[in-house]
Amino acid sequence: MTDLAQDLLSSFVVAEPQLNGSRNLGVVHLRKEALDRFEAQGFPTTRDEEWKYTNLKPVLKQGYRILLKGDDAVSFADIKSYLLSDLDTYKLVFINGKYSSWLSDSTHQEFDVCTFAAALNKYPDIIAEYLGNAAPKGETFVDLNTAFADDGAFIRVKANQTVDKPIEILYLTTNENGPAFSQVRNLIIAEQNAEVQLVERHQNIGEQPSFTNFVSEVFAARDARVSYYKVQNDAEHATLVDNTHVVQKDQSNVHVGTYTFGGKLVRNNLHFYSCGEHAESHMDGITIIGDGQTVDHHTLVDHQEPNCYSRELYKGIYLGKSHGIFNGKVMVRQKAQKTNAFQQNDNILLSDRAKVDTKPQLEIFADDVRCSHGCTIGQLDRNALFYLRSRGIPKHEAEGLMTYAFAADALEYVKIPQLEKRLNRVIAEKLGINLEFTL
Amino acid sequence: MIKINNLKAQVEDKEILKGINLEINPGEIHAIMGPNGSGKSTLSSVIAGRDEYEVTDGSIDFNGEDLLDLDPEERAHKGIFLSFQYPVEIPGVTVSNFIKTAINESRKGRGEEPMEAREMLAKMREKAALLEMDKSYLSRSLNEGFSGGEKKRNEIFQMAMLEPKLAILDETDSGLDIDALRIVAGGVNKLRSAENAVVIITHYQRLLDYIKPDFVHVLYNGKIVKSGGPELAHELEEKGYDWIKAENA
Repeated sequence: MTDLAQDLLSSFVVAEPQLNGSRNLGVVHLRKEALDRFEAQGFPTTRDEEWKYTNLKPVLKQGYRILLKGDDAVSFADIKSYLLSDLDTYKLVFINGKYSSWLSDSTHQEFDVCTFAAALNKYPDIIAEYLGNAAPKGETFVDLNTAFADDGAFIRVKANQTVDKPIEILYLTTNENGPAFSQVRNLIIAEQNAEVQLVERHQNIGEQPSFTNFVSEVFAARDARVSYYKVQNDAEHATLVDNTHVVQKDQSNVHVGTYTFGGKLVRNNLHFYSCGEHAESHMDGITIIGDGQTVDHHTLVDHQEPNCYSRELYKGIYLGKSHGIFNGKVMVRQKAQKTNAFQQNDNILLSDRAKVDTKPQLEIFADDVRCSHGCTIGQLDRNALFYLRSRGIPKHEAEGLMTYAFAADALEYVKIPQLEKRLNRVIAEKLGINLEFTL
Repeated sequence: MIKINNLKAQVEDKEILKGINLEINPGEIHAIMGPNGSGKSTLSSVIAGRDEYEVTDGSIDFNGEDLLDLDPEERAHKGIFLSFQYPVEIPGVTVSNFIKTAINESRKGRGEEPMEAREMLAKMREKAALLEMDKSYLSRSLNEGFSGGEKKRNEIFQMAMLEPKLAILDETDSGLDIDALRIVAGGVNKLRSAENAVVIITHYQRLLDYIKPDFVHVLYNGKIVKSGGPELAHELEEKGYDWIKAENA
């Protein structure tokens, strides 16, 4: 067992009585069971099939302190640049896994945009109904998170309501006294015919390495619509394991967009459980990383009911000595006839030292379905590059233009123009180009 | 304007150009004809600077400068334009954004200020009209889903926008129906001036009925084996290339 796992197990004894909801027996039970499973399993190694290409060993050995408290010393000026400045939003800001009320802008008016900590105390029935019911037991990072689940975003949109502006969620790590390990837990519930848009971001604003183990459970009831955008542009010493699990009912429509530009190691476990008919599941993303960075997208769409649609489009651009992993699993259960599932993963390697492992994984048990998948790994088309250069566009700009064009269609489903603009800007920056136009 | 002297070029150790000599002056139109595989497209690619071709001997002088030292984009900035036989599709980049970038990068390369947005737009409209292109072209992705004729027309549109000194039209007539051919040729003729020159690379006489060349050269087996006036094109049309091959066997 790793030192970190040992530390976590011993800190649980101290932490557990102080966690929110510690008088709720159901929650206490859930935490203890989860901890037992974590203790039995520990952290995954490359011998685990699901972690074959991503070696956690180096990032787990950083000597993390386990952060159980927030930090009051953060001012709005410190975080301003991580928020969408030109847009009115609800804001939930967490520091080292704990809510910062004075940096946030929450509401309880018509819908709950507040904290998981508050919900643990205030809404025991809702917690009992939802907590742990999307994220699967037995996944070691989920279990670890469940054991310590204390704070994070709690969003509940009641039936037929539309949240009037996007919700921004910012998770900060600030620790200056050595490497930091923190955990956050989200619970997002869109009831029947409700609608909500979320933009979230993890950011290490300190000088020390960080490891964040994050779980987000999303429930979309009948006819609900959820847009969930993940901007992953963290510092170069930050590691994130993002476990996002989405349960969908009839006619619901959920889009999760993951835009990854930063971080030392980012692992996204994104699972969709399509549990109602005519549900639509969209997941897409752009990854642009360089030297010393690893990004691993592990996705699952589990089609359990008939007549559903899923669309998955991931684009990767790899510079320097970087490593990209894509593992896209599509499961179509026997009952899920007339499933229409699309999956595509396209990658461009802009350096000889960059590496990509991509693996589509389809398990189909129904006989009347349409499932397509494809993956490509390539370099920029020389012919096209010459074409652009022959028209006077310098090599660097021509490469940027082509790379930009390659990635841009994964932004098609971004419904917040300010976010799209910002993503475009980050992409141009990452590619080191200064184009006079937006595509 | 351009002086090509004893130019030899190879690709992957196979010599394709075996000593080309050619001089083109401002205001002239030259046609380069020849059977398939004679080296016509290689010659145009080498002039434009495609790096798959290795120049092993000879020189290209363009207005007093050694062209072979320059990158493709630098050649474009100096006023060389190559119309591609197979224009490349670039999804996600609109025609207007592309042309804007190309023009302003060329201006930057020459140390000039970028073109005013209003001037750019007016010029685009004027040149699109010249080539009988609908305005909607400008907002489409570059060459994506364009028919063969639309792609070629779009090449000439770019040429019209970039106003090169030397335009090389590589098989611009292939894949064009008679109406598109007329429009493309009309466009080229309207863009002619005493300051610029055009090289038409073609297999057939057809395009030369619309754009009258001053000189016709026959390229065979990596060399210019015959040069003459427009009548040479007619002779080739009538007799084919076999007699050229026989003469140079």
